[in-house]
Amino acid sequence: MKEWIKFLILAAAFLAAYYVPWDHPVIRQSGFEAFMMLQEYARQHVLTCLVPAFFIAGAIAVFVSQTSVLKYFGAQAKKILSYSVASVSGTVLAVCSCTVLPLFAGIYMRGAGIGPATAFLYSGPAINVLAIVLTAKVLGWKLGLARAVGAVFFSVIAGLAMAWIYRKDDANRTAGAIYMPDEDDKSRALWQDALYMATMVLILVFAAWAKPAPGEGGLWAVIFSIKWYVTVGLLIALAIMLKTWFTKEELVNWVQATWGFMMQIFPLLLAGVLVAGFLLGRPGHEALIPERFIAALVGGNSLWANLFASVSGALMYFATLTEVPILQGLIGSGMGQGPALALLLAGPALSLPSMITLAGIMGVKKTLTYCIIVVTLSTAVGMGYGWLMG
Amino acid sequence: MNIKILGPGCAKCHQVEKIVKEAVDEAGVGAKIEHVTDFKKIAAYGVFGTPAVVIDGEVKSVGKIPKKEEVRIWIGK
Repeated sequence: MKEWIKFLILAAAFLAAYYVPWDHPVIRQSGFEAFMMLQEYARQHVLTCLVPAFFIAGAIAVFVSQTSVLKYFGAQAKKILSYSVASVSGTVLAVCSCTVLPLFAGIYMRGAGIGPATAFLYSGPAINVLAIVLTAKVLGWKLGLARAVGAVFFSVIAGLAMAWIYRKDDANRTAGAIYMPDEDDKSRALWQDALYMATMVLILVFAAWAKPAPGEGGLWAVIFSIKWYVTVGLLIALAIMLKTWFTKEELVNWVQATWGFMMQIFPLLLAGVLVAGFLLGRPGHEALIPERFIAALVGGNSLWANLFASVSGALMYFATLTEVPILQGLIGSGMGQGPALALLLAGPALSLPSMITLAGIMGVKKTLTYCIIVVTLSTAVGMGYGWLMG
Repeated sequence: MNIKILGPGCAKCHQVEKIVKEAVDEAGVGAKIEHVTDFKKIAAYGVFGTPAVVIDGEVKSVGKIPKKEEVRIWIGK
């Protein structure tokens, strides 16, 4: 961070402290909402959902071989494989924006070309494990599933569209050698890694199992009543696996990667929850922005509401995961399900800063085309989902 | 000797820069260390992953933080 940016932040904090009428009832209510929302996250989402998800993300970063995925992005790779791998590779490769843009530039200029590069660029931030898990937990499994499925299809469509529009334009590409990240030696078989990952996913699922609605019986309630026994059993199984299959160095790397993600994401998420709570409040509670504004702009499922949600999502910058509390506040204030999905699909994939970087890599015209494709698709999918849910 | 560290300025990239600097200082060789952050230039090296280390035009490591001993071998000391 440059020194003058630090100064601007400090000056803004000072001016806010100086001028904001903190004793005004609306401001007091908003501040109260900010901390109530923070408490809701701390009590309901951190231990049972976020912490396991961070360990899974850390395990993916350390134990899943990147090279095995990246070879599908080479210049000689079969196109159909490039697209399908690109559309799901976000789960494996892109938990950090450090990797997304350089990799995009590499695939675009040296590798499989603009289509798979675009598909990867879109799916990268949109379908990482943390984002999908938190969306499903906080906003409901339907929206979480719609986000995951939408993002996978979407990335393929966006990639194919870009490849078709710019099919004659290969001038920027340069031939040459490609260097993949070095492969590590492995001591475990694939099934062992798979079982280890699956155990962690199951721990996450059971620990986060929601309390059934009153009167709702059956399997859901039975699972809820035994969820802690199952979770503890799975934890013991995990401990045995860690003890017998992994070297000490691997475990240290795993914990370090997990800790790295936590340090990167938790402070921003904390700030995001506070801001979302301050501006929008918990569902059913009014805060700084009156609910009728939200309902008027993005309520219902009109074309306008969906378009507005996707355009503002595309321009806004969301730090990893902060889109979730912001959407929770918006939905609680009257945002429709369709516009919510539109914002989830357009939001994390695009922002004004990322557009500027992209324009530096592939030029203004292609960047604009990409943005228009993303906004159009998000609007359409949002309307479809809103209609389905409505 | 010309050493380039490729990476968009993330935490890992700074770590690599620090390790390379220490290795160069300890080996006592004269080397120019450059941190390349421009995505187009990074992609022009053909690396699929950052941080990467390039010494005299040769790609030495991609997508990981090298150990100091490895860097010492690359710089020939």
